[in-house]
Amino acid sequence: MTAKPKIAFYWCASCGGCEEAVVDLAEQVLDVVAAVDIVFWPCAMDFKRHDVEAMADGSIAATFVNGAVRTTEQEEMAHLLRRKSRVLVAFGACSQLGGIPGLANLSDTASVLATAYRTSPSTVNPDGVLPQRHTVDGGHALGLPGLYETVRTLDQVTDVDYYLPGCAPTPKLIAAAVQALLTGALPAKGSVLAPDIALCDECARKASKPDALALAAFKRPSEVVLNEEECLLAQGVLCMGPATRGGCEAACVQGNMPCTGCSGPTSRVRDQGAKALSGFASLVASNDAAEIERITGAIADPVGTLYRYALPASLLRRRRVAVS
Amino acid sequence: MPTPEHGDANAVRIGVYICHCGTNIAGTVDVHAVAEHAGTLPGVVVAREYKYMCSDPGQELIKADIREHRLDRIVVASCSPHLHEKTFRGAVADGGVNPFHFQMVNIREHVSWVHPDKRAGTEKADALVRAAVSRVRHHKPLETRRVPVRSDVLVVGGGIAGIHAALTLADAGKHVTLVEREPTIGGHMAMFDKTFPTLDCAACILTPKMTAVKAHPNITLWAYAEVQAVSGYVGNFTVTVKRKPRYVRDDVCVGCQECIDACVYKVGKEPDAFNLGMSKRKPIYLPFPQAVPQVVTIDPESCIEFKSGKCKKTCVEACADRHAIDFTQQERIETIEVGTILLTTGFKVFDAKRLPSYGYGTYPNVYTALEVERLLNASGPTAGEMVLRDGRTPRTVGIIHCIGSRDEHTNKHCSRVCCMYALKLAHLVQERTGAEVYDFYIDMRTPGKGFEEFYNRVAEEGVHFIRGKVADVYPTAEQDGRLILQAEDTLLGNVRRIPVDMVILAVGLEAQADAEDVRRTFNITCGTGGWFTERHPKLAPVATFTDGVWIAGACQGPKDIPDTVAQAGAAAGEALALINAGHIELEPNTAYIVAADCSGCKTCVPMCPYKAIGFDAEQGKAAINEVLCKGCGTCVSVCPSGSARQNLFEDDEIYAEIGGVLAHA
Amino acid sequence: MPETTTGSAAAAERFEPRIVAFFCNWCTYLAADLAGTTRLKYAPNIRVVRVMCSGRIDPQFVLDAFAKGADGVLIGGCHPGDCHYESGNYKTLRRFQLLRRTLRALGIEDDRFRLEWLSASEAEPLKTVVNDMVEKVRALGPLHLEVPAEAFAAEGEEVAAR
Repeated sequence: MTAKPKIAFYWCASCGGCEEAVVDLAEQVLDVVAAVDIVFWPCAMDFKRHDVEAMADGSIAATFVNGAVRTTEQEEMAHLLRRKSRVLVAFGACSQLGGIPGLANLSDTASVLATAYRTSPSTVNPDGVLPQRHTVDGGHALGLPGLYETVRTLDQVTDVDYYLPGCAPTPKLIAAAVQALLTGALPAKGSVLAPDIALCDECARKASKPDALALAAFKRPSEVVLNEEECLLAQGVLCMGPATRGGCEAACVQGNMPCTGCSGPTSRVRDQGAKALSGFASLVASNDAAEIERITGAIADPVGTLYRYALPASLLRRRRVAVS
Repeated sequence: MPTPEHGDANAVRIGVYICHCGTNIAGTVDVHAVAEHAGTLPGVVVAREYKYMCSDPGQELIKADIREHRLDRIVVASCSPHLHEKTFRGAVADGGVNPFHFQMVNIREHVSWVHPDKRAGTEKADALVRAAVSRVRHHKPLETRRVPVRSDVLVVGGGIAGIHAALTLADAGKHVTLVEREPTIGGHMAMFDKTFPTLDCAACILTPKMTAVKAHPNITLWAYAEVQAVSGYVGNFTVTVKRKPRYVRDDVCVGCQECIDACVYKVGKEPDAFNLGMSKRKPIYLPFPQAVPQVVTIDPESCIEFKSGKCKKTCVEACADRHAIDFTQQERIETIEVGTILLTTGFKVFDAKRLPSYGYGTYPNVYTALEVERLLNASGPTAGEMVLRDGRTPRTVGIIHCIGSRDEHTNKHCSRVCCMYALKLAHLVQERTGAEVYDFYIDMRTPGKGFEEFYNRVAEEGVHFIRGKVADVYPTAEQDGRLILQAEDTLLGNVRRIPVDMVILAVGLEAQADAEDVRRTFNITCGTGGWFTERHPKLAPVATFTDGVWIAGACQGPKDIPDTVAQAGAAAGEALALINAGHIELEPNTAYIVAADCSGCKTCVPMCPYKAIGFDAEQGKAAINEVLCKGCGTCVSVCPSGSARQNLFEDDEIYAEIGGVLAHA
Repeated sequence: MPETTTGSAAAAERFEPRIVAFFCNWCTYLAADLAGTTRLKYAPNIRVVRVMCSGRIDPQFVLDAFAKGADGVLIGGCHPGDCHYESGNYKTLRRFQLLRRTLRALGIEDDRFRLEWLSASEAEPLKTVVNDMVEKVRALGPLHLEVPAEAFAAEGEEVAAR
């Protein structure tokens, strides 16, 4: 009897949505479970790190890691799983690009902790206790993983074979990827397992976009009643579609919300935010410096808007840290 | 990493050549060290230094190395690519390698000539060479584009430069449209009386050429017209020309001027621009007797029919059954297609009122040189009689040089023609009036054929030359209309105060007031002062940075008639060379869109000023028309999915260059 | 951890900033050529990358230059209305302010990223701009953006030891 291929899942800095996405395969998940042997999935099954350590190197056919890397534990697990797996897949935006947790790169660890544990309005922490790397409680030594200053993508920590884009990847893309893995019909190493063409290509509103768009104002979705059929960019809303890889079938736009760029750029782009900026700003309907400043000024948080998912994967990776 | 499209980029065999340019580069850059450094860079098979890379032996060096070392990429570090990129591409092609497998590094203009510190300069040269080496490995083989050139030519400006250029081209069988904004061609030269140093009469040598323009079957003359807009590119320009209404049909009027005699105005009341306001003209006029075309013009500002609609229209009666006068005439917009354009838009004279100490506009007996030209001219306001505004003949005349030239407060440049025309006026005034002439100069500049001889002649004729700048012009105590010229005589070392009846200001030359607008219309550049910039000050003095557009005459800088005519001939010759070739080779730096990659987001479409980007609604893709693309690359930088690309300026080439300049040696 | 010195006076004197200058072929590159022809002298800290039009300067190039160690980036193009390609420089202008604001949010000071209109005849202003920018960036100190792997290793040890 041939052993079923061994599969593992792991969760780094992310929200859990990618785990949900696996379950979202619905009945297809049963086919997957039937076809493979899941050897590690902390979120769903009771395996421990030492179980993985005990496996032979390269014994796992494929490991899907979601989430960015920002703790010592995540880094260790990334290295460990890399060693044990023949194929390592960065699963979802956080793992591929840094994702929403990657926006922590606009800040430093101290202020992230201060906000989370002390100053946020919903926090009740009168003693101002912060997580400690080592504590002794009732005679027991307790430890927490260390927190890095910089959030990294999986491939900034270890060698990655494939990327499944999206926040989270759609069931369709996951199913196709699993199918490819099982049949061995995989593209070149380093590929993103989604079409290498921007989202507009598959957007139902594409035809409504004017040939010569000129943007006189940038609006937030909350500031306008959005027409449900017209190109969102043509309505003045920053839709990241032109600068974002397709494959999700423009799900957000179908829900009348602009694309926020979770699938990252095409393979030809090194910095999604910069390219989006270039496209949007060049369409501004003015040649006057003051007027341009007024129009683009409506983009209140350029990094949060243009690099919502891809700051750690961008050319600059993070806000510059000034050390005295 | 191998890029499948370009083959294995690591397998390239690069040759690097560092030019000494004599001591121009080698003097401040350690060329030996730069070549040595280049030799250590990945992919570099040969790295040499040589005294003059652009010389034949220098180019042979490249060709021999290509053969011997099987080089497929070449880097030359020497001067600006604007000078020798073509030269080296040619050598590379002769050697059997695609000419675009070449990158040039500018270590002369951008390094050795601007950074005297040898260490810093060498370091910068190293960085630039590194950048080129890492860039050139990504270069793709390309071919130049051939664009056909229309044989029709546009000449803008009908002074002596435009006239000469138009006739040269027309005689060679090319069709020329000559556009002149005034009612007549002739320009400034038509206003002069005599020309230096030969003293031949300006009209005698100019008017036959003017008439020839009108008569030439290959010239369409549009006087009283202005170019409004130019689009297209070398070989294929589309030009729109606004033809202002004369209210006289130029196809019917024969220039008999009976209408002028018949005008209800018995005498002229409007200042005559051609005579610089020193005489009056009627509302219907011909600028001067030899005007070309011989068509009268009605000035609607002063014509009673236009002002009140109640004129007896005696002019129409006088014209009788010719019916040339047409008060309903409208401005006409004409569109022409031409392959080449010559700009010969001339100059304006310095406004002497800007220097109040010389009293121009305050004292009636202060004249500009151009006004004196008209006074001396037989068709001028005094019919050639050299008299003052009060009718007296001057007995003493002072000429002051360098008005509005060589002066920090006005123009720093030397206007080149003033010394000579001042000598000419000194001679003519003395000849016509017998007056004592005092000529105040700073330096007497007479570098031209027969010029110094003319100066000596005028000096022998008894003109008094005083070396010194006039500081003040003021009336005599007697209030007799005479003016005192006060100057420090720098040869005698004392202050001179010389009373004169008449002062002539040798005003300098300036760029036309609207040179800036003209420059924009034709997409060329202006230097300081508004003179049009030539492509190279020595080697391409009449070409511009816009292919297919030439400049000639005083629009490029102050110059005299012989130099103007020489430039006009040169520009016509260069245009002819292009027309006769029938096509032009264009840089292959066009942008293109990879259809498979394009999502059809249309961001690029409105970026293109030439409408070269079309959108195929059926395919849902944008595509670039290579013929219309001029290669700016703006669409490439804006494409949000990296699907637009540019030949010669591919993303990976530029990234490699950035990496190269920043890599630590 | 990526480190940045904010430039002590003593260090600033020795610091030679590296500035990548993207110049358009028709105006600013020629201004730099003219500076050479007329033998003007200016700071040797700029490295010119020639593009046909400032409109070709992809914001990615600017970020790439900073990421690869540039302490400043200078963009030089034709004056508004003078673009050799009619309007490429306006696209540059439209992008410049948003890019500068983005850079600011990423901790890169305004003085490190400049856009200057310099025509082919403006060699003297080019000299002034370059010298001025070099001095301002020198005063700001090195950018130090590189996030080398060793920094993470060091940080890991440090974090582990806490």
